[in-house]
Amino acid sequence: MGVTKKLLYLNRKAPHGTIYAQEALEVVLIGSAFEQDISLAFVDDGVYQLKKQQDTKATGMKNFSPTYRALDDYDVNKLYVEQESLAARGLSAEDLIVPVQVLSSAELAALMATQDVVFSF
Amino acid sequence: MKFAILVNEGAYQHQASDSAYQFVKAALEKGHEIFRVFFYHDGVYNASRLSVPPQDDRNINKRWSELAQQHQVDLVVCIAAAQRRGILDAAEAKRQGKDADNLAEGFRISGLGQLIEASIEAERLIVFGD
Repeated sequence: MGVTKKLLYLNRKAPHGTIYAQEALEVVLIGSAFEQDISLAFVDDGVYQLKKQQDTKATGMKNFSPTYRALDDYDVNKLYVEQESLAARGLSAEDLIVPVQVLSSAELAALMATQDVVFSF
Repeated sequence: MKFAILVNEGAYQHQASDSAYQFVKAALEKGHEIFRVFFYHDGVYNASRLSVPPQDDRNINKRWSELAQQHQVDLVVCIAAAQRRGILDAAEAKRQGKDADNLAEGFRISGLGQLIEASIEAERLIVFGD
C-alpha cells in the first residue's frame, strides 16, 4: 500500500475479566506485519495487562502475558504506560514484565494527538 | 471522507452496534464513503442470521444485511473472534466439521488484516465499543 501511518493501540481493560486485552494483543501481532509505525499505550485497568507474575491456573484461563515479552521480536517496541493509572493502583514500572516509557496523562494525550489511527480496546 | 468502522460489541447487549449503524447510515446519506465495517470481539454476533428479536423491536442483524445490500457496504467479521463465538459461514462450518452455519447475508468472514488494511486505507477509523 506504500503508506506508513502512526497506529496506536490503546489498552484500557484488565487482562482476564474480559477478552478485550487478549484479542487486542492478537490485533497487534497481525498488525505488525503491515510495517506501520506502531505504539501501544496502557491506561486505567489496562496497566494490569503488563503486571509481572500473573498466574491464571486456578481460573482455567489462558495466561497470555508472556506474549507481551515477544512483542519486541515483532518490532513492536514503543510501549507507553500512563503514570496516573500506575500510581492509582500502587504500581510502578518495576512491576511490569516489559520495559515501558511512563508518561503523564497530559503527555499521553499529546502522543495520541499525533497518531493517524487509535484502536481503542 | 472515507471512513473505516470498528464494531466491538454485540447486538442488543450494548449500544455500540446501534450507534455504528446510525453513523454509517448518516455518513452514506451525506455522501461519505464507508471503506469497511469490521466486527470484532462480541461485535461478531451482529452477523448471526439466527437472531430472532421481538417483533416490536429493531432487527439489528437484518438491518446490517439490508444496508450491505442497498449500499454495497463491506461488512467483515473477524474469523478468530467468530470461531470462538460460534459464528460460521458455510465453508468454515464444513471445514470445522460443524452441522450448521449462521452467517447473515451481506457479511463475509476474513482475517484481522482486513481491519489493519481498513485503518490504513481510510481517512478516519471510528471505534464503537465499551
